Amino acid sequence: MSAVGRWREARAGWVMSAPALAAIAVFFAIPAVASLFLSFTDFDIYALADSGNLRFVGLQNYQRLVENPLFWKAMGNTLWFVAFGVPFIVTLSLFAAMLVNSRWLAWRPVWRVALFAPYVTTLVATAVVWRYLLHTRYGLVNYLLSLFGVAPIDWLGSPHASLPAILIFVGWKTFGYNMIIFLAALQTVPRELEEAARIDGAGWFMRLRHVILPAIAPTVLLVSVLTVAGMFQLFAEPYVMTQGGPAQSTVTILYFMYEEGFKWWNLGSGAAVAFLLFLCILAVTLVQLRLARKGGAI
Amino acid sequence: MNLRRWSITLLAALVTLVTVAPLLWMLSVSFMAPGEAAQFPPPLLPKNPGLENYRTLFGTFGIGRFLANSLLVSTLATALALLFTVPAGYAFAKLRFKGRDATFRLLVAALVIPGQIGMLPLFLELKAMGLVNSYAGALVPWLAGIFGIFLVRQYCLSIPDEMLEAARIDGASEGQILRQIVLPILTPIIVTLALFVFLGSWNDFMWPLIVLADQDLYTLPVALAAMSREHVQDNELMMAGAVVTTLPVLLLFLALQRFYLSGLLTGSIKG
Repeated sequence: MSAVGRWREARAGWVMSAPALAAIAVFFAIPAVASLFLSFTDFDIYALADSGNLRFVGLQNYQRLVENPLFWKAMGNTLWFVAFGVPFIVTLSLFAAMLVNSRWLAWRPVWRVALFAPYVTTLVATAVVWRYLLHTRYGLVNYLLSLFGVAPIDWLGSPHASLPAILIFVGWKTFGYNMIIFLAALQTVPRELEEAARIDGAGWFMRLRHVILPAIAPTVLLVSVLTVAGMFQLFAEPYVMTQGGPAQSTVTILYFMYEEGFKWWNLGSGAAVAFLLFLCILAVTLVQLRLARKGGAI
Repeated sequence: MNLRRWSITLLAALVTLVTVAPLLWMLSVSFMAPGEAAQFPPPLLPKNPGLENYRTLFGTFGIGRFLANSLLVSTLATALALLFTVPAGYAFAKLRFKGRDATFRLLVAALVIPGQIGMLPLFLELKAMGLVNSYAGALVPWLAGIFGIFLVRQYCLSIPDEMLEAARIDGASEGQILRQIVLPILTPIIVTLALFVFLGSWNDFMWPLIVLADQDLYTLPVALAAMSREHVQDNELMMAGAVVTTLPVLLLFLALQRFYLSGLLTGSIKG
């Protein structure tokens, strides 16, 4: 190709990517980096009115957070979602995928789309729906449980049941997404492999453990990483279903950041929370990748 | 074997019923008379199905306004996101320019950073630009769609270079090549991406909640969340509100689910 042609191609490349790169810089990269700087300032409602009131305070925001019990409560709740939610949702999604992947299943596309449907619904709308489903007296969930002789549970009103209640909703909402990813991985596992194990007398659980799981290990890791990131980003769920309560039992880290930043207008402190959240997601993702490398999954 | 086929299918049907039950219940209760759902055992079907809740929503609560806001914000977000990300995705895949690969690697690394990290500075930035409390403020994050660029790039990699070279030899400009040759090939991924952005911006809650203060500008999720705080007891009314909020995107997904699910798989294999 001529030098002119090559130059034209390069120019077109820059022209076509420049608007997107500019938007990413202005609306994503700069704010993300600025978050770190903001976290070293005492940006509050007074600074919002007049930036002359802004002061550099070093690590003071972080120090205050560490001393704030609500911050630790939010951190603990979010870690609860990671510790219990990730295994719960990954298992749920994997079983759903195996069910839909079963070769004895008729009308497979119908089940696949129907099980995926909750994922595309509006989070706020379905959170409102689930708030009523989980109603202590008139909720469908407690009614169904009562058929099995279970006494009514105060799902959203008791600090012990509120986190599990939200997790049930989150699991319902998101398992379809992971199911689709698992389904694609399961379809690459050769049927003969499973068949051979079956002929060798391996039961369903043995086949799952020794044939299917090793074959889809990278996908299990991928889904876990995505789910961990999702658990760190829970916000609308507690906002709509419990408003962080009862007794602040459902305040997540993002909910805490929202209240710090936009309810109390402590933007410096809120930015410190955002930065700590970023470090958490990064750390958990790196640990998972290292574990996977050790285990030979990728 | 036949028994096995039936039992597996029955199990799938049961699991599916449990999964879609909340949505069916939402629809059913939205047609009930006020107060009808607050009974034990909870009624599954309305005694006299009626549209009273919808009339209240559109009349007293003026939900039509929020519906229009949501439509406007999501449509603009989709159009602008496509305008920004599709040419960029193509450029990163097919046009050779200095710094291309390094820039793209940086973008992929940035995919792990959730947008919420920069929300507070973004708010201050938009405040300085005078975009807080405007439609523009609500749709701005959708312009910075790294994921969209990634999706389009993956799809473009399969376009043969010879095809583009032949067009260049015929004297076509780079802009003409994009419009006349590349865009038609990209139609499926454009539909997928449009669907992702439309659904994403329609369902988005945290950012519009932060940036839209004026009630007249509320999108449906923000309006519904505000309503649900004030009208906790109005079960049937809230279900009608949930139907109005979620039915448009649910139907859109069902109509175009093939594009959505195939795009989801392209996107998840980004590792």
